[in-house]
Amino acid sequence: MTDTPKTSLAGQLAARFGDTLAISSMRNETVAELAAGDLITVATALRDEPAFRFSELIDLCGIDYLGYGQIEWDTETVSSTGFSRGVEGQAQGRFDWAGRPRGERRPRRFAAVIQLLSIEHNRRLRLRVFCEDDSLPLVPSLTAVWPGVNWFEREAFDLYGIIFDGHPDLRRILTDYGFVGHPFRKDFPLIGNVEVRYDPEQKRVIYEPVSIEPRVLVPRTIRDDADLMQAKAEAADHWREN
Amino acid sequence: MQEIRNYTMNFGPQHPAAHGVLRLIMEMDGETIVRVDPHVGLLHRGTEKLAESKPFNQSIGYMDRLDYVSMMCNEHAYVRAIETLLGIEAPERAQYIRTMFDEITRILNHLMWIGSNALDLGAMAVMLYAFREREELMDVYEAVSGARMHATYYRPGGVYRDLPAQMSQYRESPWHKGADLKRINSWREGSMLDFLDAFTADFPSKVDEYEVLLTTNRIWKQRTVGIGVVSPELAQQWGMTGAMLRGSGVEWDLRKKQPYAKYAEMDFDIPVGVNGDCYDRYLVRVEEMRQSNRIIRQCVEWLRANPGPVMVKNFKVAPPSRVEMKQDMEALIHHFKLFTEGYCVPAGETYCAVEAPKGEFGCYLVSDGANKPFRVHLRAPGFAHLSSMDTLVRGHMLADVVAMIGTYDLVFGEVDR
Repeated sequence: MTDTPKTSLAGQLAARFGDTLAISSMRNETVAELAAGDLITVATALRDEPAFRFSELIDLCGIDYLGYGQIEWDTETVSSTGFSRGVEGQAQGRFDWAGRPRGERRPRRFAAVIQLLSIEHNRRLRLRVFCEDDSLPLVPSLTAVWPGVNWFEREAFDLYGIIFDGHPDLRRILTDYGFVGHPFRKDFPLIGNVEVRYDPEQKRVIYEPVSIEPRVLVPRTIRDDADLMQAKAEAADHWREN
Repeated sequence: MQEIRNYTMNFGPQHPAAHGVLRLIMEMDGETIVRVDPHVGLLHRGTEKLAESKPFNQSIGYMDRLDYVSMMCNEHAYVRAIETLLGIEAPERAQYIRTMFDEITRILNHLMWIGSNALDLGAMAVMLYAFREREELMDVYEAVSGARMHATYYRPGGVYRDLPAQMSQYRESPWHKGADLKRINSWREGSMLDFLDAFTADFPSKVDEYEVLLTTNRIWKQRTVGIGVVSPELAQQWGMTGAMLRGSGVEWDLRKKQPYAKYAEMDFDIPVGVNGDCYDRYLVRVEEMRQSNRIIRQCVEWLRANPGPVMVKNFKVAPPSRVEMKQDMEALIHHFKLFTEGYCVPAGETYCAVEAPKGEFGCYLVSDGANKPFRVHLRAPGFAHLSSMDTLVRGHMLADVVAMIGTYDLVFGEVDR
């Protein structure tokens, strides 16, 4: 089945919602970005209107774009500065709780990403809602549209601190009782904050600051596309088999 | 008159019927459930955050440990997401191997489920029978990957290695000896495919045995018929997939609707339920075992006839052979770069899902072009299913909660991640 602009999901969405959605398509996946204020009306329409019928919300997850595209290993200016280039940067594995980066700002840092599925039309759609305020990331809750989103929103709140306005029961879900912080944020250390053990003297489980050292085994690096293009070319003409 | 009040009861996290570390806070009115609040996360390991700090390939092993009774299906979702972003495709033989092992995994999972679900509801024997066949299939896992459960067998670009030409045999021991040993080893004379051929020829009769124990069993039906009824609408509202959705009569299976690997070429049927209760879901899963068996047989036949590569010949993603490494400088450099730095995945994002035994297992992968993922989110079917617990069990009896936990087919490795 080939999609014309009229029958393709992206075309239908553009025709129905106009500027409300910023639509892009990649590898047969349709992504629509929208403002938090429009989420409920758009979601309700997507669920109910015969052209869409996204009856299932498959997944909702938070994402923290802090440090997107940052590298610890410079591949542009090779060897002029020696190996020190390998320990640059503030990846999650390099700091502990006390030394966590603070005050770093990035516009539109947090987002909620939603995967929808239409069983009737056998189609998927991804929605992305950016939070406007980094210090208080706020997204309206979809629990009234798809009740199954309840726990997914709790998870995104727990791990990223995104607040879902109107959620009936926004508690932590995956982390420990009494946990402090939102562990999947990029400025939360990979080694964590506290560790627990049983203390035989006090005869109870106690919390202590983590005893492990932060370390990174493989630095994060972004290679120029040339590498991949070469790989593609190699795969294409089977030079090795010749 | 005496005043009777509701009381709150704690169930788990250490309870044999909780299938791991589920904790339920239940408000009870006598034996009836008024409200239930599942507490999960006791097995939370931060898999997704760990994956962000490692090169792509090093996280494959973590995927096995999510849903630790359907290991390779989890790997499949993750590996497919990487392949989609890289724009590579596994060779045909690797795709058939993946299809076959996905189905082996499905049988493994359903055997575990049928055993533990029956055990929870008071039928001890099924567990013992189910583990008899699980053992055979875990031997297949071991033969192909060296590990009986956490295989790390799928790789972006194919699978780790080709199927072994010789199935390993049991040696004489106090537990395996005499006629018993001879019987066990009689299937293992030839290759792994011969073994699977023998296994799949025999397996339907084994499924019949489970059915004899349960399908018409009066106690089993009393515990499951009409319990935990999920209407098709409810199932969709709560994001249910897999047998939970099919049990309610919705014919939805990613293997048919959005085929991946070689499912488009396979001949198999999708069983659906009618009433959406625990008994229908039981029937659906039992039939799925038979259908998986059919798919395995088709794969075995194809794999016998078509030898070929099982990994892409692209040294940016797949390591060169040891022989090549020792003769070729280029190959040595590739090997070094691949194992120290990994490969960079082009910037972009994708959501790839597979029909795991429990439902839709999806991987949402965001790359910023680096050698490590920027964000990995794993969509676990059990997480969505368990969230509907409160809605479904209200008004049921306490014992039905156990039937419900069983029918959800919960594994806390994937719920808590």
